[in-house]
Amino acid sequence: MSRFIERHAIWSLIILLGVALAAWLIFAVWPPGLEEAIGRKKVFLSAVFNGITLGGLYFLVASGFTLIFGLMRNVNLAHGSLYLFGGYVGYGISSATGSWILAFIAAFIVVAVIGVLLQLLVFRRMEGQDLRQTMVTIGLSIVFADLMLWAFGGDFYQIQTPAWLIGPIQLPLMTAMKSSGEAVFLQYPLVRLVIFCGSVVIGIAMWLALNRTRVGMIVRAGVDDREILAATGVQIQLVFVLVFALGAGLAGIAGVVGGTFQSISPGEDTRFLLASLVVVIVGGMGSIPGAALGALIIGLAEQLGSVYIPTYAIVVTFLIMVLVLALRPQGLLARR
Amino acid sequence: MRRVGFAVVTALLLSSTAYAQDKIKVGVTATLEGTYTVLGEDGMRGHVTALNVLGKKIGDKELEFVVASTDATPDSAVRAVRKLIEQDKVQILLSPLSGDEGIAVKNFAKTHPELTFVNAASGAQETTYVDPAPNFFRFNMDGAQWQVGLGKYAYETKGYRKIATVGEDYSFIYTQVFGLALEFCGLGGKISSRQWVPLGTKDFASVIAALPDDVDAIYLGLGGADAVNFLNQYQQAGGKAHLMGGSIMIDQTILSSKGNAKNALVGTIAASGQADTWEDPRWQKFVKAYQDSFPPEKRFPSPSLLATNYYGSTMALILALREVNGDLSNNQAKLKAALAKIEIDAPNGKIKLDSNRQAIGTNFVTEVVDDGKGALFSKVVKVIPDVNQTLGYDAATFAKIGLPSRTVPECKKY
Repeated sequence: MSRFIERHAIWSLIILLGVALAAWLIFAVWPPGLEEAIGRKKVFLSAVFNGITLGGLYFLVASGFTLIFGLMRNVNLAHGSLYLFGGYVGYGISSATGSWILAFIAAFIVVAVIGVLLQLLVFRRMEGQDLRQTMVTIGLSIVFADLMLWAFGGDFYQIQTPAWLIGPIQLPLMTAMKSSGEAVFLQYPLVRLVIFCGSVVIGIAMWLALNRTRVGMIVRAGVDDREILAATGVQIQLVFVLVFALGAGLAGIAGVVGGTFQSISPGEDTRFLLASLVVVIVGGMGSIPGAALGALIIGLAEQLGSVYIPTYAIVVTFLIMVLVLALRPQGLLARR
Repeated sequence: MRRVGFAVVTALLLSSTAYAQDKIKVGVTATLEGTYTVLGEDGMRGHVTALNVLGKKIGDKELEFVVASTDATPDSAVRAVRKLIEQDKVQILLSPLSGDEGIAVKNFAKTHPELTFVNAASGAQETTYVDPAPNFFRFNMDGAQWQVGLGKYAYETKGYRKIATVGEDYSFIYTQVFGLALEFCGLGGKISSRQWVPLGTKDFASVIAALPDDVDAIYLGLGGADAVNFLNQYQQAGGKAHLMGGSIMIDQTILSSKGNAKNALVGTIAASGQADTWEDPRWQKFVKAYQDSFPPEKRFPSPSLLATNYYGSTMALILALREVNGDLSNNQAKLKAALAKIEIDAPNGKIKLDSNRQAIGTNFVTEVVDDGKGALFSKVVKVIPDVNQTLGYDAATFAKIGLPSRTVPECKKY
């Protein structure tokens, strides 16, 4: 940290100022002039929170994607299909049993099994042939999309939010001051906060597993040099299968999350594939912290964009991607 | 050998022309992909219902239908129509479903003046109002006509004075807000903000947060997946405002969606080209035919606006074809003349065309009710016959208002 400040004094100053400005915007009561210029504080705060929680969802999808890519150098373009299928599984389980938690567990397991099958039956047969793998996964994603359309139809499915999560809660953040001097606090949907906390926990758990456990060490070694790792006697194929299962399972969980606070329907697969591609390009292919940062940036850009420049909101996301590709093509937090 | 080959080819050609003579090929498009999938599917149900009721025979010829899928974007519609014409060699088009698609297909129709295009369900005003194509016929009303009566009901009966609108950012919803604003603002109501979201928006949380608190009602011009997502997130955010709905928002495509978010719509007022509970025998007969055509799990409890529109346009086409006995000679001149003057007894009221080949029909103001068993329906509040495209304004005044867009019309009396 201190070395970063020494080396990039100006950048550190800019980042520090940015953080201070953001903190002021979030915590202070806005002066009337500012409200007139850019709208009410409630709108701004909600957009920021929405961006962060949406980032949580993007992180869940993209972390599996980036993990698989990092270890196997395999761009799995059927990742969006895994997300969508997880959503359908979650819907089926939650409407059959009425349990939201069970939907997560079932979606994780079922989609992880599909991931294992994909790895064993498809990717293992074309190891190291990037282009073939890419083409095959595009093909698979189209096949999966049609199969799911056939099985589930074009309807929108929503996973029932459990009763204790419906409705807003009051956050200790002031949005305005009434003329009586009474403070107005931000109301925010509880379910989004819970889901965000869940994805933070998963993110930290993944980071710990990768950096503090033996399996994590093997995976990291595999990312650096697969051949040498295999030569040391580690069963690399087993590691591949495990990582693929985990990555796919995370996509399945994300499907349940997406089905809860948005909805699942045909077309969501490509939308989330595109989102995770953008996220990992911005964050850096193969890096978990990169996926987190990328997801946060893209989530915030989408939500702030949809409020302040609605017409061009979609462009903002891709502008960020273009900028990153131009200035730092390996991604913001890529290791090499 | 070569001679044999030649003979075979000639025989094939002959047989295919003979084959073409007893078939009339019609291309149909529907949004079977993307945000409006459910709307496209129900549109096709309406189309099939019409065929079940009316049959496919035109004299001694038989109708053959080729279906192509679109995703509500104009380029997908043009691609589908072009494929139907060039590859499948269809002679008549029943297309498209959605607003922007309609404008694109109308323009494309001009490049094929010899063919006949019957609009399936699209409702942007521009399609038939600006530079209409002589071979494009629309037997459903446009989005503005479908809002007639809503502004008055909201202002006079419900007492709403100030509203905000949220709508999808494309021509059909512009047209709907246009119709609403002319009437509501004309009476003295105010629209304090108009928010536009891209078609296919999933995350409405910020849009919901930006809704003003000091309005009497919020008008929702959303459809398909967008509407369901909005309602779901609106419920999660604890929203409690009065709602008003556009024609594809208060529709079976949304009212019978899964989950409980739709319950926020009970009591919502809306206007559309149909009302689920209308007692007119023609409507009831259509509902029955729709229900009999599909098993309960493969349809909605009652047909959506899209099913009704597809039914109406299929019906108009078949009746006109029968009138000319399937005669498509001379660039289908007889069929076009028949379509232009035909008056159909559609399930949702009598429909005839104006000089731009745009429907003049009946409109319905509705309110959403729960039938007591958890199913939601739109109940008739008011039936307004003979609604034309200029909404009762004279042509010159109407032209001065401008074309529907994000900001047109201004909220004032014209």
